[in-house]
Amino acid sequence: MKNLNSVFAAYMIGWTVFFVYYISVSRRTMALREEIERLKNSLSRGK
Amino acid sequence: MKKSVLSAMVVVLLLGLSGYASFFIAPTDAKQGLIYRILFLHVASAWTGLTSFFICFIANLLYVLRRQPRWDWLGVSAGETGLVFTTVVLLTGPIWAHPVWGIWWTWDARLTSTFVLWLLYVSYLLLRTLVEEPDRRALLSALFGIFAFIDVPLVFGSIRWWRTQHPQPIIMGAPGAGLDPTMYKVLFFTWLAMLGLMTLLLRQRYRLEAMRGDLEIIQRELEAA
Repeated sequence: MKNLNSVFAAYMIGWTVFFVYYISVSRRTMALREEIERLKNSLSRGK
Repeated sequence: MKKSVLSAMVVVLLLGLSGYASFFIAPTDAKQGLIYRILFLHVASAWTGLTSFFICFIANLLYVLRRQPRWDWLGVSAGETGLVFTTVVLLTGPIWAHPVWGIWWTWDARLTSTFVLWLLYVSYLLLRTLVEEPDRRALLSALFGIFAFIDVPLVFGSIRWWRTQHPQPIIMGAPGAGLDPTMYKVLFFTWLAMLGLMTLLLRQRYRLEAMRGDLEIIQRELEAA
């Protein structure tokens, strides 16, 4: 099983990059949704 | 069940099956042994990244021609997704190279053109943070995105036009070059699974960009009120 550590490292790093990106997009989407809701509320209060 | 949940489950299943095939169905390479199995992640990510940059290029062209915000949203989403896949390529490549070549990195045509591609799309995303006015930002980044795509044919052709440390192409290469038929099948299946992942990420990122568009409209309404 020569180089098993390298193969494991490559797959772990690869999947971590995809996972971190997915989490980053989800968090940005959630933050933006909250911001839109907040602004919509202040817009309806102003009318 | 919601359509998005179902499609995510299908992609996870495809990725799981491709992982199984990469380790247990594809035969071990006679020369490289186990380490060659990085190929399935490395090459499939590279092809998926280039596909994403192609989508970005088409969206940029359509924005320049039609000036509709949705093409700008698709362009930035595909650019960012392509950058993620290319990051995986640049990280997994050296891990594979070190035991096989004895070095982590060399400035040959393929590695250099891929690194330049990565830098170009980082610049594409940075450029967007520097321009505040939405229409001007969309036009400038679309023009830059079209320019950045020039490097994609260079990446593709680099191992065909020049002698490189990087291995020769496994598709559309010289006669006799290529892979074992089972390795090909596993590689194309992994690419299909990666395209599924790219579609999921792209769709989610596009939704985020569309929400940013909504936010800008609400902010303008608030300023006018």
